[in-house]
Amino acid sequence: MHYGGKIIIGLIIFIGLLLSPFAFNMGKAYKQPKLKLPAKEKKCVESLEFMRTKHMQLLDEWRDWALRDGKRVYVNHEGKEFEISLQNTCMDCHKNKADFCDKCHNDAGVSPYCWDCHIQPEGLK
Amino acid sequence: MAVPKADELFKSIDYTPPATGWMETPVDFSPGNWCYPAKPEILKSINFPNPREWSPEDEDWKLPPNWRDIVHQGFVERLEKYRSLKLFMDICVRCGACADKCHFFIGSGDPKNMPVLRAELMRSIYRKDFTLAGKILSKLTGSRVMEEDVLKEWFIYFYQCTECRRCSLFCPYGIDTAEVTMMARELLHLCGIGINWIMEPVSNCNRTGNHLGIQPHAFADIVEFMVDDIEEVTGVRVKAPLNEKGHEIIFITPSGDVFADPGIYTFMGYLMLFHYLDLDYTMSTYASEGGNFGLFTSSEMMKKLNAKMYAEANRLGAKWILGGECGHMWRVINQYMDTMNGDNQGPQMITPKNPVTGTVFHNAAATKMVHITEFTSDLMKHGKLNLDPSRNDHLRVTFHDSCNPARAMGLLDEPRYVIKNVCNNFFEMPKGTIREETFCCAGGSGLNTDEIMEIRMRGGLPRGNALRYVQQKHDVNMMACICAIDRATLIPLANYWAPGVEICGTHELVGNALILPGEEQRTMDLRQEPLPGFEDEDDDWTPPNA
Amino acid sequence: MNALYSLLFVFLLVFIPLFGVGLGHLNTIFGVCIPMTAFVIFILGFAYRIFKWGKSPVPFSIPTTGGQQYAYDPETFKQSKWDNPTNGFQTFVRMALEILTFRSLFRNSSASLHEVKGEPVVAYASAKWLWLFALLFHYSFLVIVIRHLRLFLEPIPFFVNGAEFMDGILQIGAPVLYQSDLLIIAGLLFLLFRRLADAKLRYISLVNDYFPLFLIIGIAASGIYMRYYAKVDVIAIKELTMGLATFNFHVPANIDVSFYVHVFLVSVLLAYFPFSKLMHLGGVFLSPTRNMPNDSRIRHHVNPWNDPNIKPHSYEAYEKDFGPMMAEAGLPLDNPENAKGTEEA
Repeated sequence: MHYGGKIIIGLIIFIGLLLSPFAFNMGKAYKQPKLKLPAKEKKCVESLEFMRTKHMQLLDEWRDWALRDGKRVYVNHEGKEFEISLQNTCMDCHKNKADFCDKCHNDAGVSPYCWDCHIQPEGLK
Repeated sequence: MAVPKADELFKSIDYTPPATGWMETPVDFSPGNWCYPAKPEILKSINFPNPREWSPEDEDWKLPPNWRDIVHQGFVERLEKYRSLKLFMDICVRCGACADKCHFFIGSGDPKNMPVLRAELMRSIYRKDFTLAGKILSKLTGSRVMEEDVLKEWFIYFYQCTECRRCSLFCPYGIDTAEVTMMARELLHLCGIGINWIMEPVSNCNRTGNHLGIQPHAFADIVEFMVDDIEEVTGVRVKAPLNEKGHEIIFITPSGDVFADPGIYTFMGYLMLFHYLDLDYTMSTYASEGGNFGLFTSSEMMKKLNAKMYAEANRLGAKWILGGECGHMWRVINQYMDTMNGDNQGPQMITPKNPVTGTVFHNAAATKMVHITEFTSDLMKHGKLNLDPSRNDHLRVTFHDSCNPARAMGLLDEPRYVIKNVCNNFFEMPKGTIREETFCCAGGSGLNTDEIMEIRMRGGLPRGNALRYVQQKHDVNMMACICAIDRATLIPLANYWAPGVEICGTHELVGNALILPGEEQRTMDLRQEPLPGFEDEDDDWTPPNA
Repeated sequence: MNALYSLLFVFLLVFIPLFGVGLGHLNTIFGVCIPMTAFVIFILGFAYRIFKWGKSPVPFSIPTTGGQQYAYDPETFKQSKWDNPTNGFQTFVRMALEILTFRSLFRNSSASLHEVKGEPVVAYASAKWLWLFALLFHYSFLVIVIRHLRLFLEPIPFFVNGAEFMDGILQIGAPVLYQSDLLIIAGLLFLLFRRLADAKLRYISLVNDYFPLFLIIGIAASGIYMRYYAKVDVIAIKELTMGLATFNFHVPANIDVSFYVHVFLVSVLLAYFPFSKLMHLGGVFLSPTRNMPNDSRIRHHVNPWNDPNIKPHSYEAYEKDFGPMMAEAGLPLDNPENAKGTEEA
């Protein structure tokens, strides 16, 4: 093959990059993270399914309502009222960021900017 | 076929594609759209297959009965021999960046002159014959079966490409239509389809040593005439050694330069320069062709014709080769010569060294061949030439970069350096039409034949219009070039698109400016036209030594 | 017409997983079997195509030179190193600029005809839109591919997190909006509309040209839908994708069907890639008009099939042919016998 060396090296690099995740993960088995759930409360503001995938949307809305509209009361799908407050409502149960928020956020590779403004709960370190 | 007037032709250009798809749009085979086919006796003389009398106008091209097989096998063979072909058949994304880069498209609006579509004429067959998707989903993937109509279409459109490579400069993948055109022409040759304007020079060159078929004694006569003319203009009789052994340098230039004006004035410029330097050189009648129409024919023929250069250098004992002004010749020398024939260099050959300045041309270490503008610019830089640029003051000069030295070599600044040293009035044509983006004369790759004059004038529009621009803006009256085909093709082009501009070789200007030792006062230039201030000289002026 | 066929075909492709997963509950097939098969086809197909090209030699050194050559006197005649390279390093830079910045496309201009004061004028204007949107599309695609590594690696390496952070740096909405999502759609739509709006391009466009555009639009759209509208369960998806990347296949329940549509379209792209024009990704590296130095006048380039048996018409034969005339013209002869001509000899 004319210039075969260069072609094969190029191909090896390319395919190597494509296969590198397999090597990187070699011997590991991935399990969904186990969250430390609050002891005192069994139900969150909304259903588990809702919170699991849409909590960021809820938090985003809460921030806008509270800070921009001054609205401080949230009525959930069951008609129950909650105070719109990260500090007083959410973190009242989910006290530990490392044991709760970070578990999934690390795995999903997201770093929400909540803590740019809010004081972090325990478990930073 | 009468060529329409320039403004009518210009108004007729329409970039709107036809309503029918390109595979359904028939090709126009009326005279004027094709070059005359190669005569059978010409093909026989160089052992090309399937020679016969035929005409593109006829329904029956008298193809060999197994022509489909011939083309298919030829295609297979070339895919195996050329990575370029295989790649260029596969990776085009049809982004269209090349479309309006082709001078033939700009001047005709015919979509099949877009480089992408020109190549698709061949790709459609490639997809059908060599890809799975093409075999199954013919229509959807733009594939088609090889039919006689397709072969005929190839003949028309691959002889409407001058292999100038301007498209390849703009292609994001470097797809070079010149490669595709060369391959298509090789496949056509296998079926005995070629054009006489290429094949006759090839045959001539093989036997007589040059494209024009000038035999050795005639060649010697012509050179003698030029020596006479130089004497008439300068009063100095220059030497013009032919076929002499034992000289350091062999000089090879396209035979177009000895055949007709304005090439002959360029040739006179060479002779005067060599005489001035008392250069230890010879020319050859056996290798009396710098150009190589084999490049437009087949790689084998190109090699065969090119091989004469080293063969003759070896026979005459020359140490290196000096090459004249020619476009495609320099593509062959820069990109093919050493690869094809480097093994045939004799042991006497050395890396060229300018005997006057001592400059070693390391950039020609393999080929042992130097371009005349490299040689001359080196002399100028070292102040070795006694020049009077004012003898070109009647000329307002621009420079046309020939396609091949520009895009297959990069010889851009050397000729400009030479011109600026011998001319006081030099003007560049607009950006986008010069240097690596230069436009073809529309007669390259063997298409400098008169039977397709309208096609040539259409293709010449971009060059002609850029010339017109400097003619109007700067009163340019002379376009210099470094190509023998240009010196022939640019004349009708300039007459058509920028009447009043003349064409010359770079070394014609050098010849005008060069002060030969012992020369008479010059009253006329090499064209024997009076210099400014001498217009009133009597016509019956005779050379002093007559 | 070709555009319509392609669009319809992509719609059809969307329906396959919709039915397959939505009604047929073939989650494992669509979540594991198809993507893994497509990945294997991609790798093998890609390598096959490169080998196929590589098998053919490069008989001649044919770079397209885009500037001043390396001259005998590089000081007087400054070499245009990146457009007319003569050595390996310069050629490497030329290739890098070509591949990373689409340098040739940056040259793009458009020619147009005008009449100014009754005179024909051919005008050339800079036309960089294609370059700009092509670059946007390709780089957005690259960023998106890198971001997706978060689903295939654990722990997630810094550069993936970095790409994710930079891509969402405007902090719009939650989940944050990725600029690459907008830009890839902008790039794709430009490439599509350009093809449809320019009569010349429409004339040359095949199904092979529209189909990948619609397919990638479909992939981008389904991805955007998953992230911003359906808000799929990323952790569950990661369990599935990590299963693929560790050969420890597991298909969690409760993954939205939009995920399977997305994965199916990506699988089609992967499997289609090696057999299509998309192979320009690999091909551009092999293009002899770009990846070769312009040095065949300086160094010997080898043509493996160069035929040493091709000889010129010899001087001996030439002299035999023209001997008498040459003698008469006073040209020296190697063999004085030839002066007599063949008839007498």
